[in-house]
Amino acid sequence: MEQPRKIIRKENLNIWQRMYVPEILKGIKLTLSQIFKPRFTIQFPEERFKPDGSFRGRPVLVTENGIERCVACGLCSRVCPSLAIEVQASETELPKERYPIKFEINMVRCIFCGFCEEVCPEEAIVMSNEYLLAFTSQEEAIFGKEKLLKSTDELKERLEYLRMFR
Amino acid sequence: MDAVSLIITLVKIIFIMFGVLVFGAAITVYAERRISAFVQNRYGPNRVGPAGIIQPFADVIKLLMKEDIVPKAANRFIHDLAPIISIVIALTTFAVIPFGNEIEIFGRKVKLLIADIDIGLLFLLAFTSIGVYGISLAGWSSNNKYSLLGGLRSSAQLISYELSLGLSIIGILMISGTLRLDQIVIQQTEYWWGIIPKWNIFLQPLGFVIFLITAFAETNRLPFDLPEAEPELVGGYHTEYTGMKFGLFFLAEYANVITSSAVTITLFFGGWHVPFAENLDISPVFLSVLQVFTFFIKVILFVIFFIIVRWTIPRFRYDQLMKLLWKVMLPVAIMNILVTGIIILIVN
Repeated sequence: MEQPRKIIRKENLNIWQRMYVPEILKGIKLTLSQIFKPRFTIQFPEERFKPDGSFRGRPVLVTENGIERCVACGLCSRVCPSLAIEVQASETELPKERYPIKFEINMVRCIFCGFCEEVCPEEAIVMSNEYLLAFTSQEEAIFGKEKLLKSTDELKERLEYLRMFR
Repeated sequence: MDAVSLIITLVKIIFIMFGVLVFGAAITVYAERRISAFVQNRYGPNRVGPAGIIQPFADVIKLLMKEDIVPKAANRFIHDLAPIISIVIALTTFAVIPFGNEIEIFGRKVKLLIADIDIGLLFLLAFTSIGVYGISLAGWSSNNKYSLLGGLRSSAQLISYELSLGLSIIGILMISGTLRLDQIVIQQTEYWWGIIPKWNIFLQPLGFVIFLITAFAETNRLPFDLPEAEPELVGGYHTEYTGMKFGLFFLAEYANVITSSAVTITLFFGGWHVPFAENLDISPVFLSVLQVFTFFIKVILFVIFFIIVRWTIPRFRYDQLMKLLWKVMLPVAIMNILVTGIIILIVN
């Protein structure tokens, strides 16, 4: 094994480099060139980050022609590691026969793992691209069906992503 | 001294103290934060007012409202005195710097500098040396080991750079033969072969480099900010300061940056001299205004240079600083004097 070098110092500097000043001028040139480079900061309240399909935002229920795809099988509720989802099933006249009469996601508990989306046999619950989730009370953080329902048009990017990569 | 000249002096003092130093220091803080942000591909403060320009004033209000904490074991009197010394010295040194040529207003000749004294340059050196007392006393009175180390470093640094600083100026004194700063500037308004302005930077390039480096040491700014050295000494001499007492140190540092820039310009870049402006066909009053304006433009450019250098060069280690100042700067400064003397002897 090679012995670690104790002195980390370039010994073969020429006189031009030893004079400091030219090297400092080089450094200043670099610093000045940085000023005109583009910056990547998003000025948040005015500009918003637009996530693409692979982003896991808050989970939502997919609706087709105004009817949710969910058949209230309860798998998402079962798989949820933080017990954030509560589903109550009921019967309906539609061909799918079952629908959730109550579907609640507690957004304080949700950890955005995406297991519910992964386990869903109907592709009825997916992760959207919404990420602005701030609440002033615990009650406000419990999202009922009225907040969860989203049409397929709104979720197009995510659904396409799932079709390609899942 | 009659009443009118007293009023004129007061107006000049208020203009320099509040208009240039206090307001300028606030703007310099803002400029530093913005430029450092740009250098690091960030935006910096841009929320308070247009492009964040009111940010330093908001900061001052915040500092004024903060609690004034003095450590139990600290020496209360000296703890209070130290920032006062710092700020007073920072605001005083600008007094001898001419920011414009002599102008005539209503038949009365007015010199555009506050204190028209014969030993302007000596005054400047003397007062900037007192400034270190503020830092040393702050470090000692806090009764904190890191503060004390900062104060000690500041004193040791002063002894090291003051020598080179003084010697680098001697070259100019030999050429100009006067300690009056306004005379030094007037001597720089001439031309060689009618093209090149007779600025001292062309006569004393080596002296300029030494002066510039020591000026950085004097303002305690980044290549030489060992008294603060936040990674090693927490905050150095101002560790135990809160509120506006800390703010005064901060203000003094930036006022010193402005003063140092002004001194550099006065000594090496022709002060208020605008090349070839006197050949233009304009009224004397307008010319004076142009000269004052140019002086402050030069100061602003130099302050920006100070800021850019801070965000370019890492801090020197303490032994490196001592080696640089004693083994490099001092011999070079003495050599500069020697060469200048020989050339003066040959020319005359």
